[in-house]
Amino acid sequence: MKNILEVKNLMVWDIVSGKKIIQNSSFDLKAGSCLAIVGESGSGKSVTCRAIMRLNSTSLQQSGDIIFKGENINQLSTKELRKKRGKNLCMILQNGMTAFDPSCVVGVHLRETLAEHFDWSKNEAEVRMKSAMESVMLINPTEIMNKYPHQLSGGMLQRIMIALAIVLEPDIIIADEPTTALDTISQFEVVDQFINLRERIGCSMIFISHDLGVVRKIADEVLVMKDGKIIESGNTEKIFSGAKHEYTKYLVSTRMALSNNFKRIMGEGQ
Amino acid sequence: MRILRNLSRDRLATISLLIIAVTIIAGIFAPLFAPFDPNEINMSLRYASPSWEHLLGNDHLGRCILSRIIYGIRPSVLWVLVVLFISVLAGAILGFLAGYFRGKIDAIIMRICDTMLSFPGYVMALAVIGILGVGLENILIAFALIKWAWFARVIRTSVMQYAELDYVKFSKATGISDFKIIFKHIVPVTFSDIAVISSGSIGSMILQISGFSFLGLGIQAPNPEWGMMLNEAREVMFTRPELMLAPGLAIVIVVSAFNFLSDSLQVALDPKLVISKNKYKENSPYSAVKVREKEVAN
Amino acid sequence: MGSYIVKRILVSVPLLLIISFLTFVLINLSPLDPAEVVLQAQGVPEITEELLEQTKEELGLDKPFILRYFDWFISSLQLDFGESYINGKPVWSLIGPAFLNTLKLTLISSIAIIFMSILLGVTCALKEGQVIDKSIRGFSFVLTAMPSYWLATIMIWYVSVKLDLLPTSGMVSYSSYILPVIVITISYAGIYFRNIRSSMLNNLNEDYVLYGRASGLPEKKITMHILRNSLQVSISIFGMAIPIILGSTVVIENVFAWPGLGSLSVKAILGRDFPIIQAYVLILAAAFVLFNTISDIINAFMNPKLRNDL
Repeated sequence: MKNILEVKNLMVWDIVSGKKIIQNSSFDLKAGSCLAIVGESGSGKSVTCRAIMRLNSTSLQQSGDIIFKGENINQLSTKELRKKRGKNLCMILQNGMTAFDPSCVVGVHLRETLAEHFDWSKNEAEVRMKSAMESVMLINPTEIMNKYPHQLSGGMLQRIMIALAIVLEPDIIIADEPTTALDTISQFEVVDQFINLRERIGCSMIFISHDLGVVRKIADEVLVMKDGKIIESGNTEKIFSGAKHEYTKYLVSTRMALSNNFKRIMGEGQ
Repeated sequence: MRILRNLSRDRLATISLLIIAVTIIAGIFAPLFAPFDPNEINMSLRYASPSWEHLLGNDHLGRCILSRIIYGIRPSVLWVLVVLFISVLAGAILGFLAGYFRGKIDAIIMRICDTMLSFPGYVMALAVIGILGVGLENILIAFALIKWAWFARVIRTSVMQYAELDYVKFSKATGISDFKIIFKHIVPVTFSDIAVISSGSIGSMILQISGFSFLGLGIQAPNPEWGMMLNEAREVMFTRPELMLAPGLAIVIVVSAFNFLSDSLQVALDPKLVISKNKYKENSPYSAVKVREKEVAN
Repeated sequence: MGSYIVKRILVSVPLLLIISFLTFVLINLSPLDPAEVVLQAQGVPEITEELLEQTKEELGLDKPFILRYFDWFISSLQLDFGESYINGKPVWSLIGPAFLNTLKLTLISSIAIIFMSILLGVTCALKEGQVIDKSIRGFSFVLTAMPSYWLATIMIWYVSVKLDLLPTSGMVSYSSYILPVIVITISYAGIYFRNIRSSMLNNLNEDYVLYGRASGLPEKKITMHILRNSLQVSISIFGMAIPIILGSTVVIENVFAWPGLGSLSVKAILGRDFPIIQAYVLILAAAFVLFNTISDIINAFMNPKLRNDL
């Protein structure tokens, strides 16, 4: 399989304190596959993902090569980069509640994003968005698009982000702990939607989570991070059955115990 | 100690502290520092330009401006500090009662505070002066009356934050007396909040009180006060505008020093702020209230 | 929404009652006998007991306290605040026009303050940490440390006298507004723009900004979203600012000899003209409550979260 994304020697550091947050990370994402990044909070998972889209705050600097379809993202101009964001690399955030502008109805963000990337008429964009929302089980899309974020549940907002990704048809979806802020039932629904999403648009995915139950369900490969370093990577089943690194073993044993409950529900749902 | 060390690293804060210290000492020992009697009239020196004898020149009655500025520190700065102390003390006592014991006491105190704060402070001060008559004491009383409610409210919020912490709850559960908890666990931690809040309002209070004196509502002639000196200078501003300079700059310098010190104090007292200045906005619970307080700084 | 407005107005009624009562009590706490004040003010050479009694009756001061309060309150509602002790004119005929003049000055200044605060706040937030941001903040620091009356006097001296560009004082033409508005704007915008700046910087760290960027929205659009959210916070602050400015133009009005409430009230205080002081406090307190209510309602309109709870 071809690599759609290659990250080489990625380093991220804080310009004020000089502290290194990501130390020399390299990994590949194969076309059409799902890579999970696991690790505890503060291990640098989110920073890594944001670094791929160059979304870290200005106080963080990064170096290294991020090759996406032969282009080095780290060397793109802001204008070129902006065209890639959303259209080619689509991000789904952890907390839907805060991901949308609280003073606008959610439709505003959706319309603005689509208008930015496609030359569709207003009507066409609307129709496509609606059918995508219906496909992620959001009934009554028109009504939902006219609601403010605080009037919707976290699970619904998460699914709206997925629906937007469906319309955008990106090459890579980066999901930053998309299930963490949800209750168990919504988690199940959202994970299901992620699996459908991959089947539907055939995109690659980077899935950050510390929930190993979810990871096992969705990922083809796993990357384990600790203190800004990649300590282990490989095929999902291999990691789960025979982790080499002590830390991974520890993670697997503790996290599996915690997410058994989730697994049970997942098992019933299938 | 850490606070002092942090402050001393900040050059602006060190200078501010120095200015404030010199001002306060000069004010307290005014007779030692002032070269002349501030009220001594010498008609032969009317509007005299600065000389070696009278460094800042002389006013319309030939009085030594430098001496008047030095004596003016007392009403313009020292008394303001006293009033601030009194209203912070009153606010702190009520804030602690309300924030620590909550319940009925809290409801009553906060209701009174709300009523006080729904009244424009400036107008209240004018009303109190209108009733009691003009004079510095009455201005000071008016200010103590209008300021305490605001301090009580902010200090209550600060106390509430700490009273919710686990170690305070634990102390409560183990049956330590409330006053012991307040003095051992809450006063020390809220102290920095109180210091920041009160230092932040010194500047605006100095401006406001000097403003009242400028209107002729404060200290009465011939006693020197910076606002009143400006008022006297205003009468001859078309012919002798330079008389506006010394008292005006005195106010600007002292108020700036207090403002800078307050800002640095806020940084020095909050270890989080020292590490990253970016966190400044998120972690400063005062920013909103501080503005409310400074609004009337005229 | 309608019910919220009604509720909010109903809440302010008892507050106004309390304020009116406090005002009345405060004035009556004065150690001076009003009758004596009146006679002194009228320049009666010899004040006899008889004369005092007579004046008391004229002023209705012989009635019980509570009764006097109700009399005063009822007639206040009809804008009848009694007569000035000093010149015997009806208080409303003095305070009404003065209030209007102060209101004009306040509203024009408020518009200037809001405009300047947003302009400076947004500029500083977008250029955070750069030279522009630092110099605006540093400059404003010194400006806010200046007594406004000092600044006003210096400006009169320089602009009106030295350059002879604008009228020195009074309210003679539109150009009379320029200097007072500038001085008031300087002393307040220097405070409020910081608010807008920090509110914008706070919003900059929000997830919706990250998601907007991740979705490839241009910076201009994102800035508009940030502005929209940070202005919401600022609106309530401006709502509170207007009545505060209304109450504290006293000093500025005196410097510019503006025929407004400030000048009137200081004269009244110096002359111990109680009916005017009473009316002044009541009117400003009412305006304070009114503006706060309006700003709360506007805020509820602006903020969808609040609107939903109504």
